[in-house]
Amino acid sequence: MSDVKKILIAGFGGQGVLLIGQMLSYAAMYEDKEVTWMPSYGPEMRGGVANCTVNISSSPIASPVVTKDFDVLIVMNGPSLEKFEKDLKPGGDLFINTSIVDIEPTRSDINIYRVDCNEVAESKIGNAKTANMVMLGAIIRKTGVVSLAIMEKVFNKVFTGKKAKLIPANLQALEAWDE
Amino acid sequence: MSEKQLLKGNEAFAKAAINAGCRYYFGYPITPQNEVPEYMSRELANAGGAFIQAGSELEAVNMAYGAAASGGRVLLSSSSPGIALMQESISLLSSVEVPIVLINVMRGGPGIGSIQASQADYEQVTKGGGNGDYHTIVFAPSSIQEACDMIYHAFDVADEYRNPVIVCADGTIGQMMEPVALPEAKEAAMGDEAIAAVKPWALTGHKNKRERHAMNSVWLQQDLLENYIDEYWPKYEKAERELQDWEEVMLDDAEVVFVAYGSTSRVAKEAIQALRAEGIKVGMIRPKTLWPFPAKAFEKLGDNVKHVISVELSKGGQLMHDVKYVLGGKYPVSLINRYGGMLLDPDEVVARTKEILEVK
Repeated sequence: MSDVKKILIAGFGGQGVLLIGQMLSYAAMYEDKEVTWMPSYGPEMRGGVANCTVNISSSPIASPVVTKDFDVLIVMNGPSLEKFEKDLKPGGDLFINTSIVDIEPTRSDINIYRVDCNEVAESKIGNAKTANMVMLGAIIRKTGVVSLAIMEKVFNKVFTGKKAKLIPANLQALEAWDE
Repeated sequence: MSEKQLLKGNEAFAKAAINAGCRYYFGYPITPQNEVPEYMSRELANAGGAFIQAGSELEAVNMAYGAAASGGRVLLSSSSPGIALMQESISLLSSVEVPIVLINVMRGGPGIGSIQASQADYEQVTKGGGNGDYHTIVFAPSSIQEACDMIYHAFDVADEYRNPVIVCADGTIGQMMEPVALPEAKEAAMGDEAIAAVKPWALTGHKNKRERHAMNSVWLQQDLLENYIDEYWPKYEKAERELQDWEEVMLDDAEVVFVAYGSTSRVAKEAIQALRAEGIKVGMIRPKTLWPFPAKAFEKLGDNVKHVISVELSKGGQLMHDVKYVLGGKYPVSLINRYGGMLLDPDEVVARTKEILEVK
C-alpha cells in the first residue's frame, strides 16, 4: 500500500491557503516525491472559504481527489475548523491559526497544534504578510512531511525578480513559531 | 524532456501545445479551462504566434478553421457546453479534412450544467457531436504529464490523419497541479512556402504556379458525396487498426475488471488496491483513446473474468455502452457512477463493487 500523506489546508481567500499548499508541493517535488495539489474551485471561492488538498507520497498517487481521512488539517479561520474537523483521521495532526480562530476543536483523538501566526509574524519577523509562512514552518517541523532544508530551494524558485528580497524574512518565518 | 515543473493542468496543456508547434489559439472563456486562454493570451505572441479572444465559441472554431485551412497548427479549448457550440464546425472541418486539436475540460451537463468535473461528454466526443459520416480521434489523459504528452502527440496525429483530434480531460485534471516534464519545443512551419512543403493541401495561395485549392463541404450531387466519403473513410479504418491505446492494470488474475478513463481511473486504481487487500481480485482496462475505442484490450480477457464494471462520471453509462458493445454479452456488465459534477471517491467504488458482487 502507498504511504500517501493527505493534507487539507483551508481558510479565507487571501490568507495564502493555496500558496501554503503549493509550497509544500514544490518541496515534495524537489525531494523527488510524488505530489498532487488540488484546489477547491467554484462559486464558494468568491469571498468565502478557500481550500486545497495536497497528497505527498514516495510512490505514484492514485486519486488526487480526497474528501476525508486527512493525515494533516490546517485551518486558517473558524468556519474551516467547523467544516473540516470531522474529516481528520484519528491520530491526525490539526494546526489551528489561533490569531483568527476563536473557537476550540471538539475532538480528543487528534494532535492539536495552536499557532498564533499573525502575532509571531508581527513580533518576530516584523511583517504580518509572513503569517502563512509561520504556519508552513510549523507544519513542516511538526509533521516532517518535507524537510525544512529544501525550503530555500523552493523560495528561490517561487520568489524571483523583485520578490527575491522577501526570501530571508520568509525563511526566518518558517522557524519563528515556538510551541 | 525538460526538468520537472509544478504546473496546473490547464497551464501545462497550453505549454505543451506551444512546444508542439501550435501558433494559433482562438478561445472564449469558460470554467474550468480558463487558464488555457489566459496563458495563451500572455505567451503565444512571444512564441511568434497569435491569440484571439473570440466573441463566442462559434466564432472561435471558425477562426480556427481559417487558420488551420491555411496550414497553421491550431489549438482550441473549451468545456462541455462550449464544445457543444463548436460541433457544427467540427463536422465542417472533418468534411474538408482540416486538422485541429481541441481540448475539452469536461464539466457537468446537460445544458450549461455545473462547473465541477464530469465525463458526460463521452458520447458527444466519440460519437460525433456534429452531423454526418465522420469521427474525431479522442485521447483521454489521466494525469497532467499524460495530458501534455497526448496534446503534443495529438498535433502530429491531426496532421497525419487530416482530422480534428480531441484531448478529453476533465475539471480535475485541468485544475490540479502535478510535477510535469514538458515535451521538447519544436519549430513551427511558418510562411506559405514552409507550410506548403509540409502540408501541400493547405490554402497557401496558388500564385499562378499550381492548381488552385478549394475547400468545399457542399455536395449537391449525392453520388459525388458518396464517392468522396469513400475516398477519405479508409483513414478511420486505419485509425481503428493503429491508434487504439489503453493501459492494463493487474489483469492477469482479475475476476472483476473495471473500465475507467481520465481522473476517474485514478480513483478506480485506489479502489483496486483496497479491494485486493480484502482478497477481491480486481483489475482494470483504462482506455487512453476513447475513439478509436480500445476493443483489442477486451479480446484478451479470459475465463478468469466473472464481471466487468464501468466506473465513470455519467448517469446513463455512456462508456458502459461501448464496453457492452465490444464484449457482446460475454460477461455481465455493471455500472458505478456519479454525475452532474459529483465525483466518485475510492471508498464509494469499493462499497458499490461489493454490493454488485454481493460480497459482505
